[in-house]
Amino acid sequence: VKYMLLIYHNPANFQELPEDEHDAIMRDVDAIVAELTESGELIGGEGLADPSQTKTVRVRDGVPVVTDGPFLESKEHLVGYCMFEAETLDRALDIAKRWPDARHWAVEIRPLMVHEAGTEM
Amino acid sequence: VIDDLLRRLAPQVLGTLVRRHGQFDACEDAVQEALLAASVQWPDEGVPEHPASWLIAVASRRLADHQRSEHARRRREEAVAAQTPPGDGRVPELDDTLALLFLCCHPALRPPAQIALTLRAVGGLTTAEIATAFFVPEATMAQRISRAKQRVRETGIPFQLPPGEERLRAVLHVLYLIFNEGYSATSGSDLQRVELTREAIRLTRAVHRALPGDGEVTGLLALMLLTDARRPARTRPDGTLVPLAEQDRSLWDRESIREGVALVTGSLSRTRVGPYQVQAAIAAVHAEAERAEDTDWPQVLALYELLERIGPNPMVTLNRAVALAMVRGPQAGLDLLATLEADDRIAGHHRYAAVRAHLLELAGDRAAARAGYRDAARRTTSVPERRYLDACAARLVHDAPA
Repeated sequence: VKYMLLIYHNPANFQELPEDEHDAIMRDVDAIVAELTESGELIGGEGLADPSQTKTVRVRDGVPVVTDGPFLESKEHLVGYCMFEAETLDRALDIAKRWPDARHWAVEIRPLMVHEAGTEM
Repeated sequence: VIDDLLRRLAPQVLGTLVRRHGQFDACEDAVQEALLAASVQWPDEGVPEHPASWLIAVASRRLADHQRSEHARRRREEAVAAQTPPGDGRVPELDDTLALLFLCCHPALRPPAQIALTLRAVGGLTTAEIATAFFVPEATMAQRISRAKQRVRETGIPFQLPPGEERLRAVLHVLYLIFNEGYSATSGSDLQRVELTREAIRLTRAVHRALPGDGEVTGLLALMLLTDARRPARTRPDGTLVPLAEQDRSLWDRESIREGVALVTGSLSRTRVGPYQVQAAIAAVHAEAERAEDTDWPQVLALYELLERIGPNPMVTLNRAVALAMVRGPQAGLDLLATLEADDRIAGHHRYAAVRAHLLELAGDRAAARAGYRDAARRTTSVPERRYLDACAARLVHDAPA
C-alpha cells in the first residue's frame, strides 16, 4: 500500500528548539529517507515553504478569489510530506513513529486511493 | 512480435549464462543489455537465424566487458570471451525457466522484491515497464531490483533444480500476486497492468509445461484462465465495476473457460487437492452457469467448506458466508459473519462491511444495509470500489419506501 506521511509543525516552538535538536531532526529525516531509498520503498517527498507564502484560491460562481496566506488559524500546519510504499500498516506506523517531527508535533499517515479494484464483489 | 520473442527467450538466455558463469546479478544485467540491443537492432536488421544464440553471444560479450573493468576478475575475462555460443542450443529450456523462478522467489526476498525480480529476470520486462505497472518511480523499482539481486548474491542462493515443494508454493504465490496486480486494472488505459495478467499466465503455463503432473500448478493456471475470462464483463466502458451476478455473461471468453474447466477437471480427478484447484473449481462452477440464477450454489458452498478445511482463513469464511446465504438464506450468512466480528484480520476490512451490507439488503433490512455500504465505501482505498459501494448505498435511499 502506498502511504503519504504528512508532517505538521508549530512554527513558533520550532524556533524555540535548541540548535542541536534542529540538527538531530535533519539527521533523523535523512536517515529514514536513506533507509526508504535503500529498501526501494521511497516514492518521493518534499518540504513546503513557509505558510506565509501560501495563496488560497476559491472559485465562486465562476469567479476566482485569491487571498494571501492560509485561512486556518490552527496552531499546527503542514510543512512537508513523504510518500512511500509499505507492505503492511505496521511497517508504515514504524516509519511514522520514528519520524522526528512526531516527537514535537505530529505526523499523519494516510493510505492513497488506487484506481484498481480487487476481484469481483 | 519481437517483444514476445524476447520475453520468451529471456529466461533461456539468462539460464545459460548463469549456469556457465554463476554471478546471477552480473548475468542479469548483461542479459537486459542484450535484450535492449535486440529490441533496437532486430526491427531494422531482421531477427537473426538463431535468436537465442545471438542473445547469448551479445550478453556474454557484455558480461566480459563489465568484468574487464573489474581488476580482480581479469583472469576470468578470457574464459568468458573464449566461450562460443552454443550452436545447437540444447538447453533444457524449461528447467532454466524453473530454476530462475526458484531463484527469484527465494524466501530471503520479500514479495515485492520477488515480484520485481521475477518480472525482470524471467519475464524479460524492463525496469521502466515494471515501474509503470506498479505506479512507482523508475528509480524506486530499480532500487528494489538491485537490492534483490544483491541479496541473491549475498545469500549465495544456488541456481539449480530440483527445488523443494515449499519453494514451488512460493513461486506459485508470486505468479498469483502478479496475476492479481494485472487483474485489478479497471480501465483500458492500464495497459501495462493488463500485461501483467498475460505475463503471469504465460509464466504459469511454462511451469505447467515443466511440471504437468502437479495439481496445484494446473489449478493455478486454471484459476487464472477462468478469472481472466470474466475481464471483459467486469467493468463498464466508463470503468464502473459490475458484480459477478450482474455481468453480461455473453462477454466472457469461452475459449479461456473451456481450457480452464478442462484443466481443473483433469487435475481434480488425478492429484491431491489443494487450494488453487479448489478456487479454480469454484470459478468453474460460476463459469458454467449460463445465468447468475443458474449458479449451483450448493456446489459452491461445498467447495468453500473444502477450501476452509485445507487452509482456514477469514477471507474464505467471508466468501463462504455469501454461498451459505444463497443456499440457506441471508440470515444463515449473517450468523456466520458474526463469528468473524472479533477477528482483527477481517473485521475492519471493507470487504467484510460490503458482504454484510449485501446480506442485510437481501434480508430486507434496508437501513442497516445502507449504513453498511457507506461504512464499506469509507474503508476501501479503491476508487472504483468506493464508487460502486456509494452507488449501492444511494440506490437504497432512492427506492426507499415512503
